[in-house]
Amino acid sequence: MAYGPGITWGDVGKRLPVRAAAALAGAILCLGLSAGGATAQEAPPRHTVPVDSMVFETPPPPFRDPDIFPCSQCHNADMPPNLQRRQLVDMHDDIVLKHDEEHRWCLDCHDAQNRDRLHLANGTLIPFEQSYKLCGQCHGDKYRDWRAGVHGRRTGEWNGKKQYLLCVHCHYSHEPKFKGLKPLAPPIPPGRKP
Amino acid sequence: MSESISRRKFLCIAAGCAAAASVAGCSDITHTSFFRHNFRDMTPDELKKIIADLEREHSATFGKQVLVGVDPPMDGVSFAYALDISRCIGCRRCVYGCVGENNQSRDPQIQWIRVLEMNKEKGIDFQEANPYYDAEEVPRPGHFYLPMACQQCENPACVKSCPVGATWREKDGIVVVDYDWCLGCRCCLSACPYGARRFNWGKPTLPAEEMNPDTHYLGNRPRPKGVVEKCTFCIQRTRRGKYPKCVEVCPTGSRKFGNILDPESEIRYILEHKRVVVLKNELNTHPRFYYFF
Repeated sequence: MAYGPGITWGDVGKRLPVRAAAALAGAILCLGLSAGGATAQEAPPRHTVPVDSMVFETPPPPFRDPDIFPCSQCHNADMPPNLQRRQLVDMHDDIVLKHDEEHRWCLDCHDAQNRDRLHLANGTLIPFEQSYKLCGQCHGDKYRDWRAGVHGRRTGEWNGKKQYLLCVHCHYSHEPKFKGLKPLAPPIPPGRKP
Repeated sequence: MSESISRRKFLCIAAGCAAAASVAGCSDITHTSFFRHNFRDMTPDELKKIIADLEREHSATFGKQVLVGVDPPMDGVSFAYALDISRCIGCRRCVYGCVGENNQSRDPQIQWIRVLEMNKEKGIDFQEANPYYDAEEVPRPGHFYLPMACQQCENPACVKSCPVGATWREKDGIVVVDYDWCLGCRCCLSACPYGARRFNWGKPTLPAEEMNPDTHYLGNRPRPKGVVEKCTFCIQRTRRGKYPKCVEVCPTGSRKFGNILDPESEIRYILEHKRVVVLKNELNTHPRFYYFF
């Protein structure tokens, strides 16, 4: 099991904007506080693996059309990427983005140069199998719970190997709100026959 | 205690003799259920014989190889359960997963899990709760859902109310019932503040093709008429390391289960990081079933 319980100094650095982190570091230096580092050493974080290098085994990504991947079947050298933000009409017009659509569009997550990969905000390319890293950039609290096995469905063994699901197995990436379900039959009230 | 057991033993033997006289030639299982000891007092030899009788009887009844396990509690393990009430949508997949896994009677209907629909404006209020909701799609606007089953209390009122010691709390925290020791007096039903126990008012019906043959003596083995049953955290699964069935079938992942003594477990993460409530805290039952949000 690996998850991040408390906030350590390293985490503070990751979570704060760069300027704020620099200001914080400066303030600590100016005040000559070495206690911060000492505290971190006294109470080491429960897990020592950096989040970025964690890889979780999951089932393959649930592409709606199983033949659509790899994307480079069509998005190859013959089709130069069009970086203009626009409404798609020729292809993929079935995809209606309901996921902060005012601010985002396809190439914020899909990589324009390598269509078989997604990219993080810092430009790192990731395979579709690790899309949880992409989701985790904005939904950090959910990502933290998911890593701990608390967000999302787990099957397998409570004391051993667990099967994880990708975020997109339950939340369709282009419209992530969880869909309602028809409930199974209610119980029969006492005294009534089925 | 020893006095009451010996008295019970005497009554059992007396009743057994009378029954044996009237039903001469009845099956092995009838004999064993009359003359055997409480599960906790059995010698290994006696247990072995009874398991063999049970397996033979159930295999014949259901037309397939039925196994009756007696897996003991694991060392250093104490189970706990957590349920995310902000995520549960009330789809009742857990209810029917549990019915199938634990061989609950289809008619008369017995369901260990009951999902309560609650009004968001009222909060957790059992007087306002509706277990009979039906809809085209859940969650219904303005409602939230609170599934209830046995809370596996650390201080269980049901156990204290049992006059014969047919129900007790195991070392790993599971409250179990010995179905062959249960009198059917239903004191435990009235003692349980959570309405978690169920009584077999009629002979349970269980379709042979849907019967789960992987059973545990204190869990999902077929029950006779006139005994009490309840959730056992899927004792036949969890004592072998597997998750309970309801955890595995929940489409929203609201249900979490694990070892409360393991600091790396999901349960401990929830207790340390989430807002956790237990039901009817004021009754001092100390449930091992935590609701979080």
